[in-house]
Amino acid sequence: MNDQESDDKVDLEELFDSSVEHEPTPMGERVRRTADLTLVAPARVALTDWRAVVGTLILFGFFLAGTAGVVLVDRPTSGDAPILAPPFQNLNYILGTDTFGQPIGAQLIHATPAMFKMIFAGAVVSIGVAALVGLLSGFMRGTVVDTVLMSVTDIVITIPGLPLVIVLMAIFAPKNPYVVGVLLGLDNWPGLARTVRSQVLSIRQESYVEASRIMGLSTGTILRRDLLGQLMPYITINSALASRRIIFESVGLYFLGILPFTTFNWGVLMNLAYKGGALNRPQMLHWLIFPMVTIFLMSFGLVLFSQGMDSVFNVRLRARHASTTSDNSAMDQGQGDGDV
Amino acid sequence: MATNYLAKRFGQAILTLVATIALSFVLYHAMPGSPTESLKNVILSQQAAAGGSTVNIERLNRLVALYTNVQPDQPLYVQFYQYFSSIILEQDLGTSIYENKPVTTLIFERIPWSMFISVYAMVVGYSLSVLIGAVMAFKEKSRFDSVSSVVLIGLNSVPYYIVGILLIYFFAIQMSWFPYGGRVSSSVTAGFNVPFMRSIVMHAVLPIFSMSMLGLGGALTMRGNSVRVLGEDYLRVAKLRGLRGSRIATQYVGRNAILPMYTQFMIGIAGVFSSAVIVEQIFSYPGVGLLMYNAIQTQDYPLLMGSLIIFTTVTVVAIFIADLTYGFIDPRISAGADNE
Repeated sequence: MNDQESDDKVDLEELFDSSVEHEPTPMGERVRRTADLTLVAPARVALTDWRAVVGTLILFGFFLAGTAGVVLVDRPTSGDAPILAPPFQNLNYILGTDTFGQPIGAQLIHATPAMFKMIFAGAVVSIGVAALVGLLSGFMRGTVVDTVLMSVTDIVITIPGLPLVIVLMAIFAPKNPYVVGVLLGLDNWPGLARTVRSQVLSIRQESYVEASRIMGLSTGTILRRDLLGQLMPYITINSALASRRIIFESVGLYFLGILPFTTFNWGVLMNLAYKGGALNRPQMLHWLIFPMVTIFLMSFGLVLFSQGMDSVFNVRLRARHASTTSDNSAMDQGQGDGDV
Repeated sequence: MATNYLAKRFGQAILTLVATIALSFVLYHAMPGSPTESLKNVILSQQAAAGGSTVNIERLNRLVALYTNVQPDQPLYVQFYQYFSSIILEQDLGTSIYENKPVTTLIFERIPWSMFISVYAMVVGYSLSVLIGAVMAFKEKSRFDSVSSVVLIGLNSVPYYIVGILLIYFFAIQMSWFPYGGRVSSSVTAGFNVPFMRSIVMHAVLPIFSMSMLGLGGALTMRGNSVRVLGEDYLRVAKLRGLRGSRIATQYVGRNAILPMYTQFMIGIAGVFSSAVIVEQIFSYPGVGLLMYNAIQTQDYPLLMGSLIIFTTVTVVAIFIADLTYGFIDPRISAGADNE
């Protein structure tokens, strides 16, 4: 453990030599170091974790389908192709067609952008509210604010989410995917808010946060500088899980036919196939199966991604993969696998 | 101290109920158009369909009040007071527009069936997840551990309704082991006899199994917790004392590993009750969820709000019961410690 010597020798010497005009670290060097710590090292950790690699690849695939795919593949219309063509027969409609002659693969691709919009809106709402509520009530522990916020959180946890969302959907019948996402995000935040609060409570005990408070820094500054960084792992992992939940719920609601069928959606495909009796008719089965596989793939990607991020955010693992920090391998021996 | 904790939880439960009722009142007013305007439309169309005579405004207001307990011609606070008191004091949730029966009657006919599958789904899901998680932790890094990790991640990525569809396809249609819809076969006589009970169980197996998928996510958490507990010093002491393996597994590891999952289970209760709406529709299992689904199709707003309030009430009661038992498992809580 002799890393004190190897650790930026130049800086240490300059620090104690007050006669020398302190030369600021060159811009390029600083950028390189920041990039190494925030991008390269996490990427190196991620590459060693198969879950992160596979998860990212799957999500990137969906991203491509939602952006380039929509441009490349024509918007499906009725009568594009023979009805109920079986899958893997014709290259133009490789996943087969439905009873209206619309290629299923193209429908799946054209449903992706709306899905991303929903996920984005829902994740922003649920993570944003959760972080705000958790940070505030954790930091103002014991005050009226904390009591009120936690009571509201407990109430929202208790109210069954899906029936509430269904009532909201039935009343407002939203067509815009962003609105659907926001409504779905509304019942999604309390769990994370509680996690964030308990994290804040434990971090608050740390000496460096106490020091900031004694120094008289404002609550906002402390929240931003000391706490938010610590909470990023929870927030990222929970974003992925919240996204999965929003996919499940929105597809479920489209599948039930509660949301208006205005756009292509994986749930709409499933609904039409299921109502058409696909379970009993082998020639229609592909119409039901491919949307289900798509949903599975996307949430599988999200779950893997969230688990991979878990190891990326592990500070000790990241330090080992960063080239700007010294290599203190003695410290993290046997610690790489204790965090599953 | 214990009474203090219970009083707090009880207050929380009451507060949640009040909040839900207030929310349903707000939602009546948030419907598109002026308060209860859309309801008038629904009633009007119903009457027109029935070949009814001309309807004047006063009569319409009386009808709205009769169906929903909201009296559109009164000031807002009077409306709210009347709405609230009729629900709390008279247990009157309004009258179904479509069925023309009291909402409470309709729901209470169905609620035992929903409770039946939800409670069993919860018990099956949670015990399975605790059991699998514990075994995985005890056999850490074994083949069983790695295989079940992948399987669990996979299962986490499949929405429970897709599990339901697959179960219907394989076990009801292909194998015909189980019936694929309804709650009891029409050929058996109702009563306290073996064929009737058997039919009920056979109809409930697939819904219960697909809902219990929601609880399985807990297995990975349980594994992580158990692995951590297994490394604790007190466990080594327990082993050195020569305690029986079964006692160590249940009283030392099991108990300490389950405790942190408490909040997850609490949120899970609301989730499992929620899932009834989708699962009951897939299996056409006539519980409250299916009632709610039909209420959306027929725009039966009183029934919709009534189902929401009942769903919340059931969840609140379930969580309150869980709270009572939690005091026994974790003495710290009833001692008034707030260390979340």
